[in-house]
Amino acid sequence: MVIELTKDIYKEQERVKQEIAQQGLRVLVCTGTGCIANGSLNVIEKFKELGVNVSALTNYDKMTLVPTGCHGFCEQGVLVIIPELHTAYVKVKVEDVEEIYNSHIVGGKPVERLLYVDPKTGEHVHKSEEINFYAKQVRTALENCGHINAECLDEAISVHAYEALSNILKENNPDKVIEEVEKSGLRGRGGAGFSTGLKWKFTAANKGGKSYVVCNGDEGDPGAFMDRSVMEGDPHKLLEGMAIAGFAVGADEAYIYVRAEYPLAIKRLRIAIEQAEKAGFLGQNIMGSGFNFTIHIKEGAGAFVCGEESALIASIEGERGMPRPKPPFPANKGLFGRPTLINNVETLANIPVIMRKGADWFSKMGTEKSKGTKTFALTGEVNNTGLIEVPMGTTLREIIFDIGGGIRGGKKFKAAQIGGPSGGCLTEEHLDLPMDYDSLRSVGAMVGSGGLVIMAEDTCIVEVARFFMNFTQHESCGKCVPCREGTKNMLKILERIVKGNGTMEDLDTLEELAHAVNDGSLCGLGKTAPNPVLSTLKYFRDEYIAHIKDKKCPAGVCTALKTYVINPDLCKGCSKCARNCPAHAISGELKSPFKIDQEKCIKCGACISACPFKAIEQI
Amino acid sequence: MTTERESHINFKKIDEIMASYDYKKSNLIAILQQVQELYTYLPEDAMTFIGTRIEGLSPATVYGVATFYAQFSLEPKGKYKIKVCDGTACHVRGSMSVLNAVKTKLGVGEKRMTTEDGLFSLEIVSCLGACGLAPVVVINDKVYPQMTSDAIGIIIDTIIKEETK
Repeated sequence: MVIELTKDIYKEQERVKQEIAQQGLRVLVCTGTGCIANGSLNVIEKFKELGVNVSALTNYDKMTLVPTGCHGFCEQGVLVIIPELHTAYVKVKVEDVEEIYNSHIVGGKPVERLLYVDPKTGEHVHKSEEINFYAKQVRTALENCGHINAECLDEAISVHAYEALSNILKENNPDKVIEEVEKSGLRGRGGAGFSTGLKWKFTAANKGGKSYVVCNGDEGDPGAFMDRSVMEGDPHKLLEGMAIAGFAVGADEAYIYVRAEYPLAIKRLRIAIEQAEKAGFLGQNIMGSGFNFTIHIKEGAGAFVCGEESALIASIEGERGMPRPKPPFPANKGLFGRPTLINNVETLANIPVIMRKGADWFSKMGTEKSKGTKTFALTGEVNNTGLIEVPMGTTLREIIFDIGGGIRGGKKFKAAQIGGPSGGCLTEEHLDLPMDYDSLRSVGAMVGSGGLVIMAEDTCIVEVARFFMNFTQHESCGKCVPCREGTKNMLKILERIVKGNGTMEDLDTLEELAHAVNDGSLCGLGKTAPNPVLSTLKYFRDEYIAHIKDKKCPAGVCTALKTYVINPDLCKGCSKCARNCPAHAISGELKSPFKIDQEKCIKCGACISACPFKAIEQI
Repeated sequence: MTTERESHINFKKIDEIMASYDYKKSNLIAILQQVQELYTYLPEDAMTFIGTRIEGLSPATVYGVATFYAQFSLEPKGKYKIKVCDGTACHVRGSMSVLNAVKTKLGVGEKRMTTEDGLFSLEIVSCLGACGLAPVVVINDKVYPQMTSDAIGIIIDTIIKEETK
């Protein structure tokens, strides 16, 4: 069936809502990449095996399994949510399905052991919205992720998909759309934080000939996966956002550039595009309005630099993904030399909500200059890892300790790396800093795509800086010499330092190179590559110095700087360590304390695990 | 030089792939992806063929694109493609020890990333977007969450057992 303009979309919403009401008890099972890895597809099969008939106890006579997108709480997967029974089950295994079915769905008695346990209070939590991980979140871009079947158009329509597009096409006033986006204060969620409304205005100024919309789904920052979740969990929202953008700037063709590492996202987008075209939400003469808009998918082939817009354009054109000098900006001369609007996935996913609920609603959230909500991929040494969405300006403390449930194993918080390899680190003194574009920039960090990796006291900051430099050096496309050679030399210095061979002059050289790379690079990759080094040098200089002067790694991570010693008071002289040492570095006489020859020791730690008396220490 | 393996190249099939992409040079990456799907790598002759057949391309351009993107391989890959994620989240949670375990177990690393029997090949990838499950290993599109050096050893052993059955 093809939908005609506005009067139909609401009718259609009513129809699908009624149909969904007929489904009885809806059992939502997460089928994001994470939960599939934990076996969610088998969980669904098992539920289906048990049959769809449900006892009258629950007021439903049947149940329907709904495979949904990512709930964000990947670590607790497989997640099974039964909204009508106000229950969220975590870490569900195939073996647990029968118990959930018999005890709860048929018998009406919740299975306590599968409920989330609050790490602070030790109490069971029934409803997902009461789990501390979700309680402080405000979801806009992710509002439907985990609540609908991502492969079903009807379910998307039931949560307002294409409603905004339909109204916009009926009103037929592109300038008003741009005005509304500008008024909302939405800024690019991909990293730079440029005003989305302005970007649209610049592109629309070149209206007339052929223009394109490009959606940047090349989520390359290691540690960020919000765009994947949107594409996997609510693809129609992204498509609608793109169509609205196309209408506003006068484009009739669009590309979504998706990383090849996201096969499930590609599959679900393909399904969604086909469904939308069939229903008349995309393609020719959309909803009878005369507006044409087709969307193609381009799979990336694994190059971080393609997240940079001009490199991404080169890649869509089939070339090596190398950045091009700006100006001309894509708004004037982009894909195939035509005016092009490039926005990232999360930015575009915000558009339908803004258009439906209004710019004022959106701009009420957030801080003065950073409006709305932002997703963060919370990972590393926190108790609750996963994908979160909070109002701009939420503090780091709230994110780590309220939503994240604190640091794992009761360890002490050391630093948070924000914005991936282009970002900077935040320390204890920044815990109460509002997380928004400008506050973060003022302390040498950036929102970036929203990757937030939490590090505890036993993470070596210098090693982390080396890790990021290794990444950017590897991903530097080689076009600009300062980036290509500078990152290589910065990496060499960092490798020297973690091995204990650094000098104090190295620190000055690092800083000098950092500025040269920043000044002499064309694109964001090179411009931001030195950030992790600069910010760790600023906040953890003493740790660098400890590696250089004292030849010690304070976190005890850098292998080359470890020293293993045998405590003679605890050693019983059993010779087990000596027998396990691959380098034959341990010697001694039976029944008297053994000794490690530091010259021969390769610092593998085999002796520590072998010793039954805990007599070997790493200092 | 044409190797033994490359003499099996099905040029007709490659031509069909190019035709399905309208012989357009902007579709080069997609075409190469399809060819790699076919052979697990990009044979030199296939690249030369594509470079001469499509207007506006040259074998050198095709080679340039093939070597730019991490996904493309100029060497045959193993039947089981092991991808060890070393993204930030995985790195912080110990992906290096998982990676080292795979390297030791399979005897691959530095230069040679495919085992001699062609059963396994190892890739280090920078992020698979499954950070909540770190550290992650992917073997032929199946995601293995929260890996340890012991667990990955068992998984590899199971595959070897299956294969030698």
